[in-house]
Amino acid sequence: MKFTLRVHRQLGPEAPGSLVQYSVDDISPDTSFLEMMDILNEQLTAKGEDPIAFDSDCREGICGMCSMVINGQAHGPLPESATCQVYMRHFQDGDVITIEPFRAAAFPLVRDLIVDRSAFDRIMQAGGFISVHSGPKPDPNSVPIEPDTVELALDAASCIGCGACVAACPNASAMLYTAAKVSHLGLLPQGQPERYERVRNMVGQMEEEGFGACRNYGECEAQCPKGISIGFIGRMNRDYLRASLLDPVDRQGKMVPQ
Amino acid sequence: MLLDAKIPEAPIEHMWDTHREHLRLVGPRNRPHYRIIVVGSGLAGAAAASSLGAMGYRVDCFCFQDSARRAHSIAAQGGINAAKDYRNDGDSVYRLFYDTQKGGDYRSREANVWRLAELSENIIDQAVAQGVPFAREYGGMLANRSFGGVLVERTFYSRGETGQQLLLGANSALAEQIKAGQVEMHTRTELLDIVVVDGRARGIVVRDLVTGEVRSHAADAVVLATGGYSNVYYLSTNARGCNVTATWRAYKRGARFANPCYTQIHPTCIPASGEHQSKLTLMSESLRNDGRIWVPRKSGDTRAPGEIPEKDRYYYLEERYPRFGNLVPRDVASRNAKDVCDQELGVGPTGRGVYLDFRDAIVEHGRDVIAGRYENLFEIYERITGQSPWTTPMQIYPAPHYTMGGLWVDYNLMTTVQGLYAIGEANFSDHGANRLGASSLMQCLADGYFILPITIGDYLSRHPYGDVDSKHPAFGEAERGVKDRIERLLAIGGTRTVESLHRELGRVVWDRCGMSRNMEGLGEALKIIPQLRDEFWSNLRINGTGEHLNQSLEHAGRLADFLELAELMCLDALTREESCGGHFREEHKTEEGEALRDDLDFAHVSVWDFQGSDEAPSLYEEPLTFHALPLAQRNYKV
Repeated sequence: MKFTLRVHRQLGPEAPGSLVQYSVDDISPDTSFLEMMDILNEQLTAKGEDPIAFDSDCREGICGMCSMVINGQAHGPLPESATCQVYMRHFQDGDVITIEPFRAAAFPLVRDLIVDRSAFDRIMQAGGFISVHSGPKPDPNSVPIEPDTVELALDAASCIGCGACVAACPNASAMLYTAAKVSHLGLLPQGQPERYERVRNMVGQMEEEGFGACRNYGECEAQCPKGISIGFIGRMNRDYLRASLLDPVDRQGKMVPQ
Repeated sequence: MLLDAKIPEAPIEHMWDTHREHLRLVGPRNRPHYRIIVVGSGLAGAAAASSLGAMGYRVDCFCFQDSARRAHSIAAQGGINAAKDYRNDGDSVYRLFYDTQKGGDYRSREANVWRLAELSENIIDQAVAQGVPFAREYGGMLANRSFGGVLVERTFYSRGETGQQLLLGANSALAEQIKAGQVEMHTRTELLDIVVVDGRARGIVVRDLVTGEVRSHAADAVVLATGGYSNVYYLSTNARGCNVTATWRAYKRGARFANPCYTQIHPTCIPASGEHQSKLTLMSESLRNDGRIWVPRKSGDTRAPGEIPEKDRYYYLEERYPRFGNLVPRDVASRNAKDVCDQELGVGPTGRGVYLDFRDAIVEHGRDVIAGRYENLFEIYERITGQSPWTTPMQIYPAPHYTMGGLWVDYNLMTTVQGLYAIGEANFSDHGANRLGASSLMQCLADGYFILPITIGDYLSRHPYGDVDSKHPAFGEAERGVKDRIERLLAIGGTRTVESLHRELGRVVWDRCGMSRNMEGLGEALKIIPQLRDEFWSNLRINGTGEHLNQSLEHAGRLADFLELAELMCLDALTREESCGGHFREEHKTEEGEALRDDLDFAHVSVWDFQGSDEAPSLYEEPLTFHALPLAQRNYKV
């Protein structure tokens, strides 16, 4: 197969960026999209040009590192797939393919197709955990959990943190990501003690990072490689509302090592 | 120097407790004075960094990915073992120990394996407390499934993404400690050297992968949780970035490398489809619970699998191993797949594939039950191959997956360099010559949550804190070494790309030091690898500079280390004149073609000591003892 590629090239966050055109041919339909990029990079290297920088690691759709907007869609045309799970058989021979990074004010560009998604990590650090230290714990069967509850929590926990929801949203909102994280823990009995504090902190951090507001476009769900439902956003909003109506509990602080 | 594994004097079932009770501790008020470096943020690294941070130590954690959550532990699919005996099917700590010892073909250290089995229960408790959503039964109790090489159901799982869920648990604990200021996370930062001062590991030299800056970090102890080296084969199930650099740098700084030839070839992966292939995808071994493995009985049978009647199907594992059937351990399953393909019974375009068929399981259990167990695995398969396992049997073939070899560690998980620890896949101790399914997650978390945080205190308490900082000349020297190497790589100016050289290395190692090995092939490899290394250092081409993000440069640095490790692997494989677990020497097999161990001469760990770039490494042996479980030939047939 033969393709014309228009790839976003940019040396760094301050440098100007532009779409550069390349062509590749003799591509087998069983080549993955990223392998096609590898082939292009081999050609560029041989010609003495800098290869295109892009993120990828596991190449099986679970690490969430790969991040390309392909023909305007985060992770490309295949529903519920990460970029690394897209194959060239999903395109037509001779297609012109435009490849851009995940764009958002909160995801500063690093180089070419690589962006900095550390804002997601900071949202997690703001409260995406159950405060529990390593050591002996009660037997987990002492608290039975309905399988449906676990499955719903797992639906949310399946988020791979890739940022496609942000790239897909016209407002670059991170509501789906944050909602998935909030819901995973908020649904489980273990997550109840910090449920409202968690949602308040994580939403607060999300806003601080400069993500946009949710306007119910639904693009996040449509382009999420794990098909995470925007139903979780509603769930998070209910928790957030409740959390903001509750007076913050003035406790004496958590135990910290001296 | 003698290898002292520091195995406690106590009956095996009390060993860990006795040991713990006698370890020196660092008091809570002193812990904030000690700085610990943890390299790697996978299950072992995140578990260790978060546990140490929660105890009050100051921790610096490093990963080369853009986020700690992306470490390759995330890709583990099937599950995690624990001797909970929730199924009342006769499981116990002893039995998990037994299965691991036997699965490892009696090449692991008994004391470590027992401790692992013992701690397995705590791991499940810990993970559930963190909010890991393990599968539950209708009554709300935790569900279990069985896994290869065992006769009980002790594997806990979260759909087909147990690794991701456990890693998110560890990662959330890490996030908590980052927020608390106990752990400082350094992402997109790669370790390029380890600094040893007066025999003690005192820090690391790293490169910021975004700015290219080379800098030093000093600490009171260094923990490597940097995973395995399957990517020496180029094509493996590991993530693209997985590399041996950290452990290899440690080896060159005096940490001895144990059993490098012990590599695991996973039996259920999607076969390669062509030259462009950049990695292989694993299909969880749990599929073997319900899938039946077969090939056509006659070579050259081109009928579609559905049209091949029962009598023409060769269910070779069920026929050869009636008791375990499709659930034989990984190495046995892999070798048998190779065997039937060598007999030209293999299927698919390359003839290197066997069927994994769910037809009977769907009839027996119904589509819903099978969907509940494997739906997302079926999806992954269909996405990659374009074929649906609901209607056509999967095609599978073995692929490099895990490396049991790694840095030698004592019972405290310390390497032969004082204050340098290795945990998770990076060390060698618990899986012998072959790892059982669902045991890697277990080992990473046992090391990270429960063992290292205790044992490291014993070392730290014997030394003053913060007495060396990065102004020490040893750091400057190491930094210069790192910068020189980067400049050398960039200055070669040849014609070959890193990718093409890595591919070539991979083929050499896969053909000659892969699923089966022989003296002749290993001898050849030992000639080819140095030539390839010369080719690399004389004809490599990297564009761009070292002062910005340069992925070819990153890859080149990793390949340079793989090119050295490959030689040690082959040397180790050549020296080990027996077959055991994942190490199958064709010269050493039974009449039936099974692996034949030589317990008289090889019941030891082979430990290699670096002697200099132009010198052959020295070989030391740690003898293995078998008190709790006497030696027996591994046999999955009866």
